[in-house]
Amino acid sequence: MDIIVSKDLKKKFKLKHGQQVNNNGVISNEIEVLDGFDLKIKKGEFLVLVGPSGSGKSVFLDIVGGLSAPTSGVVYLDDKVIEAPSAKTGYVFQQYALFPWRTALSNIEFGLESRGVPPEERVQTARELLAIFGLSDFEDRFPYQLSGGMQQRVAIARALATKPEVLLMDEPFAALDAQTREILQNELIRIWEGTDTTVIFVTHSIDEAVFLADRVAVVTARPGQVKDIIEIDLPRPRDGDVRSSNEFAANRHKVWDALKAEVNKAQQDWKLAPGFAG
Amino acid sequence: MSEELVAASQAGLKTPTVDSGSYIKRFEHLFEGLNKWSQGIPLVLAFFAVWEALPRLGLIDPLFLPAFSTTIKTLFDLTVSGKLLLHVLVSLQRSLIGFGLAVLIAVPLGFLMGWYSRFERYTDLLMQSLRNTSTFALLPIFLLLLGLGEASKIAIIFYGASWQLLMNTITGVKSVDPIYIKAAKSMGVSDRDLFRKIILPASIPSIVVGARMGAKIALMVVIAAEMIGAKTGLGFFIQNAQFNFMIPEMYAGILTLAILGLTINYLLVWFEKKATYWKGEFGSGVIG
Repeated sequence: MDIIVSKDLKKKFKLKHGQQVNNNGVISNEIEVLDGFDLKIKKGEFLVLVGPSGSGKSVFLDIVGGLSAPTSGVVYLDDKVIEAPSAKTGYVFQQYALFPWRTALSNIEFGLESRGVPPEERVQTARELLAIFGLSDFEDRFPYQLSGGMQQRVAIARALATKPEVLLMDEPFAALDAQTREILQNELIRIWEGTDTTVIFVTHSIDEAVFLADRVAVVTARPGQVKDIIEIDLPRPRDGDVRSSNEFAANRHKVWDALKAEVNKAQQDWKLAPGFAG
Repeated sequence: MSEELVAASQAGLKTPTVDSGSYIKRFEHLFEGLNKWSQGIPLVLAFFAVWEALPRLGLIDPLFLPAFSTTIKTLFDLTVSGKLLLHVLVSLQRSLIGFGLAVLIAVPLGFLMGWYSRFERYTDLLMQSLRNTSTFALLPIFLLLLGLGEASKIAIIFYGASWQLLMNTITGVKSVDPIYIKAAKSMGVSDRDLFRKIILPASIPSIVVGARMGAKIALMVVIAAEMIGAKTGLGFFIQNAQFNFMIPEMYAGILTLAILGLTINYLLVWFEKKATYWKGEFGSGVIG
């Protein structure tokens, strides 16, 4: 069953005054980020989006999260058109986005506050999540007192606190060092395998994509479309050891094959559009 | 769990935790601060020594610059007799009322201007014109319109203290990291809570800095206002002493003003630190 269906999704951004972009020879002050982005995401699957920079992966997440409206086309969540942030989705950002004036515990409580959950229940839920991430001793710490890895754990816990059906993760581990990144990938997959949450995960790392995903959707260079969907046939539950297996390498190769041409195309594209940086 | 966690928790021990409850650590922290502070003492002492020496050696007429010791003695006498205290309290009261009004009006106005860009477009030109006109130049207008009483003094203090508060509140609101707003919205926050739980706390650091500068301006303006048409206050006291050629008293008044300014600055720095405890390392120091 599909929980999210994206149909002919288009998104254009107006460039700042004086900026122009060359779309196949046509000069324009609009940039097309998504053009006919079709994707069906199954309930409970771990779907990873990979694609060159600027291919609109994050824009797609924002639309699914109800934080940005498409120019045309539509995304359904449980057969309903997404028009505003839904209580069914949780969002994890690359920059952690923890509120620095709140403690770890109180950050996790945030989403529950908006839903009117009573304080005792909020604290209990937040404590349970901190325990799952091994952060029980840090509940009173402010973000500045936590390492990057710990901050992102708190941010994931915060997104999970409202028990979302769909978890959106926008390059959540990109700012972390390589070791912490692997540790968090292992933790995420361990925690996720015990739930029926659907995850849409954006990354630039093919290794990360292969390790985490049920399916990897390869997005084309701008304007973004889903070019290919690759089933990752690695057994679950997965642990860190799977990274060194031959099957892993084979899957990695498949994803890279699909991605390579798009990355090259995107590099050409950037040469044509020096003024646009995001 | 993982090595990274252990390492992080050890690193965490070194950071000054708010709720550590360890008084020894707090004491050490205080001592370290005092130690740094005390390194500035020799130069201050040297300054006083020069002050003492210049009139004594006859390089400056003691009539115009009484020795430091004479000034201190006068200050002591004035303090013991309670003559000075009244003036100090009056000045403090005036600046506090003016500053308080500034907080009550400039901060909400700043939120409106920072958040609603249309409102800002309507108001900005007037605000900028007023802000860039010297407060002191407007003193005569305040006196003309509000008379020589308390109202004109408090009004001019309010006026002088408001701008920095206003500007810093606007900056605070505008520079809220959009990722906080995005994160809050993704968690279904209401508009009211977005302001209360995100915009407000996120702009506090900038507002507090504005308050610190505003308070210092309030203290400066009160003295100037009291020098023009007042019967009480530290500004009046200094001016009056000069007019009556009570030179040691004049210097004692100025010295009091310096001590007052220094104390208030330390208090404000302390307050700033308290209000932004969640930011951790406090960079701006005590100079401000």
